[in-house]
Amino acid sequence: MELFTQLLTAAVASGTPLLFVTLGGIFIEKAGIIQLGAEGLMLMGAVTAAGVYLATSSLPVTLLAVLLVGGLLGLLHAFLTVTLRANQIVSGLALTLFGGGLSAYLGKAITGIPLSGAVPKFDFGVLGQVDLFTLSSLALVVVLQIAFFHTSFGLHLKAVGDNPATADVMGIRVQGMRYFAVIAGSMLMGLGGANLLMVFSPTWIEGMTTGRGWIAIALVIFARWNPLGALAACWFFGFLDTLGFRLQLAGSTVPPYFLKMLPYLLTIAVLILVGWRTQHRMSRAPQALGIPYIREQRF
Amino acid sequence: MDGLPAVEFHNLVKQFGTVLASDHVNLSLAKGEIHALLGENGAGKSTVMCMLSGVYRPTSGEIRMNGTAVKIHSPKDAAKLGIGMVFQNFRLVQTLTAAENVVLGDSSPFWRTRRWMERKTKEIEALALRVGLPFAAGRPVAKLSVGEQQRVEIVKCLYRGNSVLILDEPTSVLTPAEADQLFTTLRKLKSEGKTIILTTHKLKEVMAVADRISVMRKGQMLATLDRAQTSEREIARLMVGQDRSPPKTRVPREPGEPLLIMDKVTVVSDRGRHALDEVSLTLNTGEIVGIAGVAGNGQKELAEVLAGLHVWKSGTITFREFRWKGPSVRGSIKQGIAHVPEDRMISGLAGGLGSVDNLLVKSYHSDERANLGFLRTALNRLWSQGLVEQFDVRTAHLDAPVKQMSGGNQQKLLFAREIHQRPHLLIAVHPSQGLDVGATDAVHNLLLGLRAEGRSVLLISEDLDELLLLADRIVVLFAGRVMGEMTHERADREQLGMMMAGVT
Amino acid sequence: MNKYRLELDPSGRESPWWVTIVALLLAFSLVAVFILATGKNAATVYAKMLTGAFGTEFGLTETLVKAIPLMLCGLGVSLAYRIQVWNIGAEGQFVAGAMAATAITVYLPGLPAWSALPLMVLAGIASGALWGLFTALPKVLFGVNELIISLMLNYVALQALDFVVYGPWRDPAGKNFPGTPAFTAAESLPVWGNSRLHMGLLLALVAVVAAWVFVQKTRWGYELRLLGANSEAARHAGVNIKSYAVLVMLLSGGLAGLGGMAEVSGVAHRLLYGISPGYGYTAIIVAWIARLNPFGIVVSSVLFGGLIVGGYSVQTLGLPSSISNLLQGAVLFFLIAGSILGKVRVRRREAA
Repeated sequence: MELFTQLLTAAVASGTPLLFVTLGGIFIEKAGIIQLGAEGLMLMGAVTAAGVYLATSSLPVTLLAVLLVGGLLGLLHAFLTVTLRANQIVSGLALTLFGGGLSAYLGKAITGIPLSGAVPKFDFGVLGQVDLFTLSSLALVVVLQIAFFHTSFGLHLKAVGDNPATADVMGIRVQGMRYFAVIAGSMLMGLGGANLLMVFSPTWIEGMTTGRGWIAIALVIFARWNPLGALAACWFFGFLDTLGFRLQLAGSTVPPYFLKMLPYLLTIAVLILVGWRTQHRMSRAPQALGIPYIREQRF
Repeated sequence: MDGLPAVEFHNLVKQFGTVLASDHVNLSLAKGEIHALLGENGAGKSTVMCMLSGVYRPTSGEIRMNGTAVKIHSPKDAAKLGIGMVFQNFRLVQTLTAAENVVLGDSSPFWRTRRWMERKTKEIEALALRVGLPFAAGRPVAKLSVGEQQRVEIVKCLYRGNSVLILDEPTSVLTPAEADQLFTTLRKLKSEGKTIILTTHKLKEVMAVADRISVMRKGQMLATLDRAQTSEREIARLMVGQDRSPPKTRVPREPGEPLLIMDKVTVVSDRGRHALDEVSLTLNTGEIVGIAGVAGNGQKELAEVLAGLHVWKSGTITFREFRWKGPSVRGSIKQGIAHVPEDRMISGLAGGLGSVDNLLVKSYHSDERANLGFLRTALNRLWSQGLVEQFDVRTAHLDAPVKQMSGGNQQKLLFAREIHQRPHLLIAVHPSQGLDVGATDAVHNLLLGLRAEGRSVLLISEDLDELLLLADRIVVLFAGRVMGEMTHERADREQLGMMMAGVT
Repeated sequence: MNKYRLELDPSGRESPWWVTIVALLLAFSLVAVFILATGKNAATVYAKMLTGAFGTEFGLTETLVKAIPLMLCGLGVSLAYRIQVWNIGAEGQFVAGAMAATAITVYLPGLPAWSALPLMVLAGIASGALWGLFTALPKVLFGVNELIISLMLNYVALQALDFVVYGPWRDPAGKNFPGTPAFTAAESLPVWGNSRLHMGLLLALVAVVAAWVFVQKTRWGYELRLLGANSEAARHAGVNIKSYAVLVMLLSGGLAGLGGMAEVSGVAHRLLYGISPGYGYTAIIVAWIARLNPFGIVVSSVLFGGLIVGGYSVQTLGLPSSISNLLQGAVLFFLIAGSILGKVRVRRREAA
């Protein structure tokens, strides 16, 4: 039981930063836009959190700053992909490059300086201490699950991501919703980076996300664009991460790398299975994902 | 019909550049009326309906509803005025359920529990049942049949309280039984005071369900008739017009040997219906056979089957005494079948590539154009230059992207490529569509030239003038069936018009 | 109310060539702002980057060393992008090639150069191509989106890399350094003089020319171009779309795999953790900037190589090397915005 709790705690600790990013990715992709800039957004979120907290020692101000930075970068991506209809893959990659470079640049001065006691924890008895970020992530899963599937907003979002032309004709503001989704989702991705820094590893180091942003992009698909699925996927991933480490410690000969491959291989397998069985039918992916929407009119 | 007309058009004009799509159209529609708008493709029906539903804005003229002038600048404006349109390609999100599609666009209520959705679904199903158009509202649209999807579209309009309903070629996707059911529904809606406009080209249906009929031709409203006081013949005559130009002198030719024999060929379309239904057709050498009919009656599938692009379900196709086993594009090309498709920029030419690359499309694998896999670049350029000059294709230079050429020159390039192969059969689909008089003449001369050389042309066209001018025989296709055939000498415009509209 | 509105015409012309120059200038100006904000002289920094990357012999060779994997991977993805097959798996295909080449040294050790190197080249290409095939098959057989599959396979390849590098192929005398034992001289690509510039450059340039010839001069290249220009017209000509999806993934993967081989054999002389600092992803940008033109890719890969090396050289000025990433990202943003330029039209609003 003790081991189980330990594993669960470790899995959650590892998975929660990912959860924020994955939820953000789901939000954006549901609107039909690909956001490959997750890694850059995470890094910018982390460096912003580090810098602002060290300067102000105020959690609310720090979080506000993180959201602002994520929002601005999201706005840039939205402008390029929604208004200018540019290639979404290239724009996302540019964001990753830019975010990576800028964060390293800005973080030079604060590298290696540890934060302390930033994030309040709440006592949950037998479940131990749960920090603010973890709690928020759970609340966020619930909120998004309801928003996506039980509100008119969610229905409209699905229409925008699946068939923007029809959504447009039905009076839904396609551009507006896409902007909203990209900005909100990018904010969440930045928040994930802040989480990583403030809870997991409270010292800024250049490139500290080590590819987690890319992993989250994969997890969006593995979670089938579903917030509850994201929760399961991220914690599962965190579990595999921890498990590998502990198996090694216990002297197991199973290399942890195969465990780490598991989410990706599983995703591929799931996609193939779904593709095979629904050859001419719909997949769960937003149908218009990655395709810019241009309103056709002959006036 | 008492009170003010539900909808009126006063001198409605729509101009696209130099093209006059709607030429001072006048029309008056009453409440509780089913009105059929008849005409061939390009007659202007869709343009007028698009102005009513807010997709297009009139260049000049006025639309009135219940006596007051209104401005309809967008589909939203139209929706506010209670106008709903059901297009041929449905505006439905396939991944959502039918009920979700119906309520799409409604922002309230914001919070929707599962129970709310279930209630709505039942409500919509009840509405659909009441008007005689049932469907399972809880199913994703992708799982509904085409006929059911159309019902969802109609119920969507009714749910919004639309009082004016526009249906664009509604029976094109329905089986005869479904069409009858639709008509029953329309009569019911009419009795509730709704105004219904049907655009169509099918005479039988018009006579079955319409109260009044308006005929359009070349953007003009020709006449509005009471169904009770007119006949199919009169309507058909209006649709296809009078013989205008004196016939050019044609050199009569004796038809040669049978080149193509199609025997009871049935083709199933993507939607599962019979696009071609036991079609039998013979083509001889040195002959131009015209296929008349409104687009969507199987012409596209006919062209595709012969070009090797489409599989056929039953029947035999024999070309030059060789019976075909299955579709093969390369096979058709090798046997000497050339194809000028309908959408030249979509299926025929690659807009971003230059003239040389576009000319190579059918011949790049031949020995003259390539050697051991390597294209004979210099030779091909010379060859291209020759073709461009021979066919009078005006282009800035050989490598200029083809999309920058005018429509006429693009068509000439396409013909150059296809004719150069010295085909036994050229399939030309709407070849002079969108071309000016000069380019059209050039195309006609090319076709007659092929005929003079002893080659054959299958000319698929909606333009009766063109067919009467060029074709040795005219075959009419309607709903995938051959309605009838006429030789050039015996061609009767009115009769053809009636066959095109589905009347034998 | 506005009398004019912007309209996007997707079939508009390509943006003019000077847009690239303007984008570069704007990007450098933007980053200069960041540099100035930390109290450094932007001009000095840029001058140092320029001389660091191109001014010295060492810098120039280093730039070219970085350009080689970018060139090969970029060439590979450009072929796929010509027909809208979104291969973002160059990273995994690169690693697969690196691993296969290393496998030769591990399982067939001690071969002389004339057999080791060709074998390694073949292994690299074959392995990369196979990795590319793993993306192509689900696409043509089951309709799975290639973007997602190729991305997933990157992670799988990277984990496999970690496995062999920390496990069976690990250098026992490595002193906690995660890598294989060094390659013998016979297993390493020859270098030029005292620099690290290796024969991989030759391979890359040969590949560029071969790619150009293939695309412009052969009938298969013609089919590829036709497919990319108008897939419907290509279908009417009898071109099999699925075969080409498979072919470009094989070529794409093979080229990236060759890049991996060149990197382990020519530069690192061993397989190690982090053999690719994201070459596969940067290559996408390299290809895009060059508008998929093989010779343009040579230029853009040298440019990006220069940016990377320039970034290293300004570390002495107290700036992080990732300033080059900052520049790359900025250049890209402006180019993206600029690429739309040819397609924007200003239209008058119709009178109400």
